[in-house]
Amino acid sequence: MLTVQGVSTSYGHIQALHGVDIDIRKGEIVTLIGANGAGKTTLLMTICGKPRVTGGRIVFGERDISQLPTFEIVRLGIAQAPEGRRVFPRMSVLENLQMGAIVADPAHFDADCHRVFKLFPILDQRKSQRAGTLSGGEQQMLSIGRALMSRPRLLLLDEPSLGLAPMIVKQIFSVIRDINEREGMTVFLVEQNAFHALRLAHRGYVLANGRVVLQGTGQELLANREVRAAYLEGGH
Amino acid sequence: MDARALLKDAGLAAFVAFALAFPMVGFQTIDVSGSHGITVVTRFGDVAIAVALVFIGRLALSLLQNRAMRLPILVLSAALAVGLPLLTTSYPVITWLSVIATAVIAVRAAWLVFDIADVVGRDEGNHLRDATAFIGRWFGPVLVVFAVLFPFLPMTSRYILDLGILVLTYVMLGWGLNVVVGLAGLLDLGYVAFYAVGAYSYAIIAQTFGWSFWVCLPLAGLFAAFFGVILGFPVLRLRGDYLAIVTLGFGEIIRIILLNWSSFSGGPNGISGVPRPSFLGFPFTANPPEGTRAFHQLFGLDFAPEHRIVFLYYLILALALVTNIFTLRIRKLPIGRAWEALREDEVACRALGINPTNTKLTAFAIGAMFAGFAGAFFATRQGFISPESFSFLESAVILAIVVLDGMGSQIGVVLAAVLLIGIPEFFRELAQFRMLAFGAAMVGIMIWRPRGLLAHRDPSIHLPKAVGGGA
Ligand SMILES: Nc1ncnc2c1ncn2[C@@H]1O[C@H](COP(=O)(O)OP(=O)(O)OP(=O)(O)O)[C@@H](O)[C@H]1O
Ligand SMILES: [Mg+2]
Repeated sequence: MLTVQGVSTSYGHIQALHGVDIDIRKGEIVTLIGANGAGKTTLLMTICGKPRVTGGRIVFGERDISQLPTFEIVRLGIAQAPEGRRVFPRMSVLENLQMGAIVADPAHFDADCHRVFKLFPILDQRKSQRAGTLSGGEQQMLSIGRALMSRPRLLLLDEPSLGLAPMIVKQIFSVIRDINEREGMTVFLVEQNAFHALRLAHRGYVLANGRVVLQGTGQELLANREVRAAYLEGGH
Repeated sequence: MDARALLKDAGLAAFVAFALAFPMVGFQTIDVSGSHGITVVTRFGDVAIAVALVFIGRLALSLLQNRAMRLPILVLSAALAVGLPLLTTSYPVITWLSVIATAVIAVRAAWLVFDIADVVGRDEGNHLRDATAFIGRWFGPVLVVFAVLFPFLPMTSRYILDLGILVLTYVMLGWGLNVVVGLAGLLDLGYVAFYAVGAYSYAIIAQTFGWSFWVCLPLAGLFAAFFGVILGFPVLRLRGDYLAIVTLGFGEIIRIILLNWSSFSGGPNGISGVPRPSFLGFPFTANPPEGTRAFHQLFGLDFAPEHRIVFLYYLILALALVTNIFTLRIRKLPIGRAWEALREDEVACRALGINPTNTKLTAFAIGAMFAGFAGAFFATRQGFISPESFSFLESAVILAIVVLDGMGSQIGVVLAAVLLIGIPEFFRELAQFRMLAFGAAMVGIMIWRPRGLLAHRDPSIHLPKAVGGGA
């Protein structure tokens, strides 16, 4: 569904990605793990067109999207819950969801809202509360819900577990599994929380210093010595 | 507070008023022709009135702390605010001052009686918007009814009606700029450029082709919108301060072009003899040309120059209301919501499929269009335009109106326009006290409503931070 072929990205003189290859097939959950500053967010944003690739290409479906502007890429059916959630703090929960549906057919709005509220019942209770006053976990749920409102074919999630209590992380990850299993949603999950991410994902990639250094099924990576040493030992 | 403390407090306020008013209001220097130098006239009566006003006003405001007193004060002050204008005194400034003072007290009392203050104070959920909706639902219609009846109120002289037209022009400009600054969050310091484009396109088109106002008006709006797009296209990738500087430059460029391109715009002399508006083709003239009928003949009235003023008043009222309704509507549409979202977080917007450039351009063009309409009205009202009317100061005043209202609310713009345009103009009679009144109003706002007269959505910086940061 999404193929990243030899993609390089630079911020000015600093090259953040060096020829990254990643493949995401329909119906999969694929995770990308790596240390701080490895370039995970950069890869996710490059898929969305900003920053632009400086080498290689990105193909979504049949189409080369590496030169399209962000808003057009999104309209092709890629939605993301960005790093740091980025909900609109002064808008209500419902207005945030409306913003998510801005490229969708307005006829689906009620049904899509219903779907989001079923996944995250707490949002239903907070419907008219301003998003800036939600808790971190609720904001993350809103960010994912907002992304779902556009009925994407591919959902990109950037560290949904960031700064959240284990209970909430569990809940969010179970929702991700849910939408993948029940609705066949394809998910690309960027995570620091390697243990949970690899258990959830079908396949995973490990990124270090802008290069893919390992890949395999979730189980394989969980069992891998290097992965255990770098991301799993101590804690979890 | 007990009665003595109340009286003491009000007495203190009255004393301060006296200390200020005695030298400033109490003595007037006039230049009597024939005599040498100037003569001093005393106006102790006025000082007494001012001091009494302050005393009563302060007392009423303090009494509002007492729940039981709120309703009576509301009724009394509202009655006075409505009733006072019916009395025509020899010195209308006093009447107006008392009206404004009682109206302020009435609003404050209503605020407390209907518990708006509590609602506004709460910083969660939609309460803030409920309060604004409440004000919009009740205060808005009352204001519209007042505006419609305004020309026929007994205290409305021709001068005051003219002032009303001026204030409404700025209300319209404020609402137009509010789309750009308040909703889309783009700081535009050159808004007056579009006002100028509208005025000049109206004047030139109407003079060259002799088309009627209603044909030229949309054209003027269109031209201004077109200029909005032309300017917006290269500059909208700039942010904040940079955008402000570039738009400021653009405003000046337009003015300087108008000043220097004499063959086109008449240069510093401007354009005179801009066609006056007519009522559905019936002109407002005493002696219409052979074979046509004038407005007063159509309705069998005696000719009066006021007819045109009243017509102009309703014209600008209608234009302003159209602007208002349009902005209220568009806020609920995806494009309007996209403006607000863009102001909050451009990266998130892009990730949701919004095209930021087009969205901002639309805001710019729509804002410019309304300025163009206002400009066309200005040209037809004045009959004469010159680059002088479109200086940077105008942009600054319009921006001040928008910023004063706390950005994003509609009624706030009206209050701010009355405050910034109406009051200084009105106090022109008081010559040197004019700027004093202006300054006092600004200080008052800074003390009581530092975030704008009707801050609609509080800036996010005042929000309690949610766990884990967030946006
Ligand atoms: N806008 C930017 N301008 C310049 N350099 C940037 C920019 N964004 C990221 N970088 C750099 O690119 C590298 C990769 O950053 P990136 O945000 O992709 O890391 P990450 O893997 O998402 O890390 P984390 O897990 O901490 O979020 C870092 O060295 C970072 O400093
Ligand atoms: Mg990151």
